[in-house]
Amino acid sequence: MLDLTYELPKPKVISGAKHDWELVIGMEVHAQVSSNAKLFSGASTQFGAEPNSNVSFVDAAMPGMLPVINEYCVEQAVRTGLGLKADINLWSAFDRKNYFYPDLPQGYQISQLYHPIVGEGEVLVELGDGTARMVRIERIHMEQDAGKSIHDMDPNMSFVDLNRTGVCLMEIVSRPDIRGPEEAAAYIAKLRQIMRYLGTCDGNMQNGNLRADVNVSICLPGAYEKYQETQDFSHLGTRCEIKNMNSMRFIQQAIEVEARRQIAIVEAGGKVEQETRLYDPDKGETRSMRSKEEAHDYRYFPDPDLLPLEIEQGWVDNIKANLPELPDEKKARFIEEFGLTDYDASVLTADVESAAYFDEVAKGRNGKLAANWVINELFGRLKKEDHEITDSPVSPAQLGGIIDLISSDAISGKIAKDLFEIVYTEGGDPAEIVEARGMKQVTDTGAIEAALDEIIAANPAQVEKAKVNPKLAGWFVGQVMKATGGKANPKAVNELVAKKLG
Amino acid sequence: MSDLNKLGLAEARDALRKGDTTSVELTEACLKAIDAADALNAFVHKTPEIALERAKAADTRIKAGDAPSMCGLPVGIKDLFCTKGVDSQAASNILKGFKPEYESTVSQKLVDAGSVMLGKLNMDEFAMGSSNETSAYGDVVSPWRRDGSDAKLTPGGSSGGSAAAVAADLCLAATGTDTGGSIRQPAAFTGTVGIKPTYGRCSRWGIVAFASSLDQAGPMTKSVRDAAIMLEAMAGHDPKDSTSADLAVPDFEAMLTGDIKGKKIGIPKEYRMEGMPAEIENLWADGTAMLKDAGAEIVDISLPHTKYALPAYYVIAPAEASSNLARYDGVRYGHRATLEAGDGITEMYEKTRAQGFGHEVQRRVMVGTYVLSAGFYDAYYNRARRVRTLIKKDFEDVFAAGVDAILTPATPSAAFGLGEMTDADPVQMYLNDVFTVTVNLAGLPGISVPAGLDAQGLPLGLQLIGRPWEEGDLLNTAYALEQAAGFVAKPGKWW
Repeated sequence: MLDLTYELPKPKVISGAKHDWELVIGMEVHAQVSSNAKLFSGASTQFGAEPNSNVSFVDAAMPGMLPVINEYCVEQAVRTGLGLKADINLWSAFDRKNYFYPDLPQGYQISQLYHPIVGEGEVLVELGDGTARMVRIERIHMEQDAGKSIHDMDPNMSFVDLNRTGVCLMEIVSRPDIRGPEEAAAYIAKLRQIMRYLGTCDGNMQNGNLRADVNVSICLPGAYEKYQETQDFSHLGTRCEIKNMNSMRFIQQAIEVEARRQIAIVEAGGKVEQETRLYDPDKGETRSMRSKEEAHDYRYFPDPDLLPLEIEQGWVDNIKANLPELPDEKKARFIEEFGLTDYDASVLTADVESAAYFDEVAKGRNGKLAANWVINELFGRLKKEDHEITDSPVSPAQLGGIIDLISSDAISGKIAKDLFEIVYTEGGDPAEIVEARGMKQVTDTGAIEAALDEIIAANPAQVEKAKVNPKLAGWFVGQVMKATGGKANPKAVNELVAKKLG
Repeated sequence: MSDLNKLGLAEARDALRKGDTTSVELTEACLKAIDAADALNAFVHKTPEIALERAKAADTRIKAGDAPSMCGLPVGIKDLFCTKGVDSQAASNILKGFKPEYESTVSQKLVDAGSVMLGKLNMDEFAMGSSNETSAYGDVVSPWRRDGSDAKLTPGGSSGGSAAAVAADLCLAATGTDTGGSIRQPAAFTGTVGIKPTYGRCSRWGIVAFASSLDQAGPMTKSVRDAAIMLEAMAGHDPKDSTSADLAVPDFEAMLTGDIKGKKIGIPKEYRMEGMPAEIENLWADGTAMLKDAGAEIVDISLPHTKYALPAYYVIAPAEASSNLARYDGVRYGHRATLEAGDGITEMYEKTRAQGFGHEVQRRVMVGTYVLSAGFYDAYYNRARRVRTLIKKDFEDVFAAGVDAILTPATPSAAFGLGEMTDADPVQMYLNDVFTVTVNLAGLPGISVPAGLDAQGLPLGLQLIGRPWEEGDLLNTAYALEQAAGFVAKPGKWW
């Protein structure tokens, strides 16, 4: 296990008219499994295809059609569970959640209510200010996604696109361990990061491949600690579930807005009703999705078309043995192996491609120097042109070559920046460029001394001043660098200037 | 040869191989019989073009010496099976005009075995019924009549069209499906043989689902031998059905030796119901004696949870049906109600389903919805599932004690008159399944064999229940019973 210790973040406190209130948040994150085919049919999961083109007879719920489990989706769910350090249930089962909607052709969603494939796990959520919280995962289950209803194409008709119907989702259910909007966003970001490392979900929120239902309640200070001691929910307020959000910004806004709504109700002597609500970002409010009379009774029961899902420990072990290094471990290793700061290690492990890039650059080199170059020079330059690390014009080998030249004193830091720019825009082998363009550092003290002597001779007044004020020595260093076209070894120049000016 | 349609599968197969007749002749004889039998209302979609085309192809294969097991044999297909390009509407108005783009695994296997599809057979709507009176196509009329009466009788249900068609020699054999007795009860009512194999023996893919954990396809035939031939063609693992078993299908016909010496036959005391007609009692006793005479050992057994089977069945089957039938919503295929201004999606669902489903289907959807609803789930559905486990265990205990097969009546009475039960409590109709539902709940193979006539000249059947996956053994016991019973009666042709 990781041996990192963190301070707990402070819970978000909102001051009502009468009291201070704390927030309690639990989340159900729906992550679309990265797979070629759907959970129970062979239809493609490709995003952005022509409407209703990725639809099999099973997806369209034609008479007599039967679901057959896609083993790869199971593997992905297990992999995700392992990545969240969760228990894997070797025996799980599918249930039907029954309700009518045109984008749900079967009239039921196949899900796992009673026996999910993944049990309890945990996620370390860091807030970036040195604080972090371990959020407990209650369970992960697999289920079918619904299709898409389109209500705004025609004044009288609704349209349905079944391409997404039957795509495999993982529903990741947390305990109510999240204490504020920022933590909620950080939690999702962390899940996303882990799943991207694992390759089990691309985390694309814009396409709806990662969405969240957020449960929000409020409590008086002190009450939450009692809940944590006892796990007794009666210490907490009544929760409302805000459905189906796919933007980090809106999630944070919605939590705050919903908490304030609940505070106003409770402080006015009212009671919060447990219900599902929708967040309207235009109006900045949440509103009830359906009245009590319209509340669904999903009539869950075991799906008789599917046998219980039994997997073998050996199969799970094999997946586990082949898991990639995950963000927490990678970050710890970067700190320990390369002596990086917590911050730099976080930046470099934020996404799996950056981490892989850095790993390659840092291998056998000065890790701190490598981190400095990757973060400051490379990321800065890429950001300027809106490039991703995956389409960096500078390869890890090229950047490593630049760092090698610095480390061997062949070039100065300043020249290195020029060299980086050349490699970035023109490409080529850094060592060859330095050789061909005469960018090598001058360490020959004779040449440097001659240049310095010339400058001293030409500037007697400056020499006098410098003798009184040693800080002016820097001016001479600069002049020497200028005279040598920046190639003089700064260390050697400094030493000589100090000696000559006494 | 004359009256080719009266042949069974085995006889016709042998005649074809000997060159005594052709598939085209057989097929034409059946098509002619079908056209002359509209009064029975058994065939609801006739497919003579497909039939003759397949018959010609079969004749070519037979000539070439390349004839698979059912090559050239004309059969009928229950409307519950999806057949590519041919109306498949489960006898429901909600699927009116539905022509699937796919062929069910079982009917495809029959095509692959060389058989010739004559058309689609009437049935109870979505296989829900025991008298074939819930069909959107109207009632099937049994070819059988009581002596000296022209009252129309039920062929049983839900595979009533299949049973009537086989009994009236409109085809050589037919497919059926059995969720609570829908093959065995109509077989008993019409003097035909019907076997429901072990759950998982036949693929359910492409068969319109009624209750997924209970539904099984099986053959309805004129003899046990024919049942063995046709079951072998229908059975087999199908990767498209997760509940189908990955087991080899034995040569069932080869197992028909008629030798049951030393076999242990159980007679369950719980099947001796109060108020059971003496004729049924006697038939059962006769059957027991026949098996004993054939060398079997008769043992009294107990299946203590039998009395809970029917109530459990009428919770589980409607629960699954209520969910399975949710897809018939008017959105993608089948019937959609004409809407009025201001109607929304809820009205579309309500009107479509109210118009498309008949009363019995509506009743079961409502019962199923109720037993699954919050607050009632444990009291009904979960309790029924526990009962099901106990019933299964009853059978396991008996088989573990060495019993090879169990003999029971197939039905509590002979066929009743159409319309006779219309005003009765629906439970009266459900009682038809009292001897058969246990078999579905336990997933076992069960076969109905005609064993005698009642005082009014109507056929009565006996049921044999076998060990899971041992259909071959079960068929052999049924074969011995069939030999001993020597049932040869046929309905007099009045249609």
